[in-house]
Amino acid sequence: MKKTGFLYDERFKQHVTGPHHPEAPDRLRAVYQGIQDAGLLAKLILIKARRADMEWIETVHTKEYIQRFEAACRSQTPVFDSPDNQMCPETYEIALLAVGGVLDVVHQLMAGTLDNAFCAVRPPGHHAEIDRAMGFCYFNNVAIAARYLQKQWGIQRVGIIDFDVHHGNGTQHIFETDPTVFYYSIHEHPTFAYPGTGREFEYGTGAGYGFTRNSPVLPGQGDSDYRRLLERDLFPNFDDFQPEVILVSTGFDAHVDDYMSDIKLSTEGFSWIMERIVAVADRYAQGRVISILEGGYSLKRLPELVKNHVEILLNG
Amino acid sequence: MFVSKSMTRKIITVDKETGIFEAQSLMAQYGIRHLPVVDPDNRLIGIVTDRDIRSALPYSFFKDTFSAQEKEKVSQLRIKDIMTTNVKTISPTYTIPDALLLIQELRVGALPVVDEQNKLRGIISVRDLLRAFINVLGIGEPGTLVGILVEEKIGQLKKIVDAITEEKVSFGSVLVARYWEEGKRAVFPYLLTQNVAPIKRKLENMGYTLLDPMEWYLDQLPKNE
Repeated sequence: MKKTGFLYDERFKQHVTGPHHPEAPDRLRAVYQGIQDAGLLAKLILIKARRADMEWIETVHTKEYIQRFEAACRSQTPVFDSPDNQMCPETYEIALLAVGGVLDVVHQLMAGTLDNAFCAVRPPGHHAEIDRAMGFCYFNNVAIAARYLQKQWGIQRVGIIDFDVHHGNGTQHIFETDPTVFYYSIHEHPTFAYPGTGREFEYGTGAGYGFTRNSPVLPGQGDSDYRRLLERDLFPNFDDFQPEVILVSTGFDAHVDDYMSDIKLSTEGFSWIMERIVAVADRYAQGRVISILEGGYSLKRLPELVKNHVEILLNG
Repeated sequence: MFVSKSMTRKIITVDKETGIFEAQSLMAQYGIRHLPVVDPDNRLIGIVTDRDIRSALPYSFFKDTFSAQEKEKVSQLRIKDIMTTNVKTISPTYTIPDALLLIQELRVGALPVVDEQNKLRGIISVRDLLRAFINVLGIGEPGTLVGILVEEKIGQLKKIVDAITEEKVSFGSVLVARYWEEGKRAVFPYLLTQNVAPIKRKLENMGYTLLDPMEWYLDQLPKNE
């Protein structure tokens, strides 16, 4: 059994989005429930969040943006940058806790006290741009983790796999000119789904050309398309790239019962994806996988999906 | 909506005495395929396209069997020898739909934009129109497409727009398209939000049928006989 970290903090629920918002604190209740009811808590190394140092936030986001976000929370602005981003005065601090928790997990993984980890954070991050909040995201947790791995731990090649049903526009844009970070995303086709980017012909730019890869999936499709596209677009590219650490933007919203998308991935489909990712990590990255929660809105399905996800990390 | 707003204003032009190799390298340098030809008063007297230049070059040029003698002969060619003088133009006060229809009808890649004195003000190309169309679709901004099937009768769109507006969601665009079923229309609002699930549910509760994009897609595929 692996030393699997579980980043979880009750304070993540203090980012309150309003009564009808899908990215709600109850999501974390469902996540925790899934892990607790399966008796996995005793097997996991529980990690609490701590506030991130500004130095690391600034490796991705502009100072101007960070200040604007802080000021918006302080003045109790109910939405930030888009009506999608409903927040509360605590949101800024909670977003800092989410990043700080993830960075602590990275630290422990690199120091050897963890083999891999699942970070059940809120708010999510992969839509957050350098200077703009988008799609329920404020700080790009995954992107900051990648920069921290490089700057603090000297990692040369970071592989990011994003299987949230929405394209991680923020993460892609942050690394699109960077050949040291490979960003792969599989998601519902951008013509039909938010945010409208992540088309098959987006490969990165400049020196980063070829280090971005997108697999759009048409509405109504599920397991067989995911298998086919991952085998075609992800695994051969990671065989070439050979990432030293793999970061996963984990979204459970492609599930057939998740009303946020038209994709019909099964519970078993999610397990297959994660098993393959762990296998790739074992091959190139000494098993180092950090999974960071993005979307996933079916309170009914989250417990089983998270349970399977964490079991795969434990047994991987 | 007007040509003057969407046209390219920084125009690369040539005069009629320009050599064709010089014109060719200008096109390559700026990544363009049309060179308006103007007189010293900036009046349009012709246009040269990359195709005009290719047609003026001998076949041997493309086969690398181009002799010095042939090269000498071709390099004597001036723009005035190959340009189209009967140029189709468009006025800056024309609208984008005018330009779309005109470009389609004339089967050209670009139209020089001239004022009443025939002075060159800009050029509008298929590329400029594409940019304008992307803007109209709203797809430069993050959002989600929703497809709704409606009866072809007055007032349907208003109900849909009102229902969505009540949810405080902005529109990137709304397209209305023909549906394959008689008496029905497909409405496609492009909504600037990630959070479409409540809107979809609301529309369904109002009695609307949401279009399954895949059903649409499969219907468009050529049938295997």
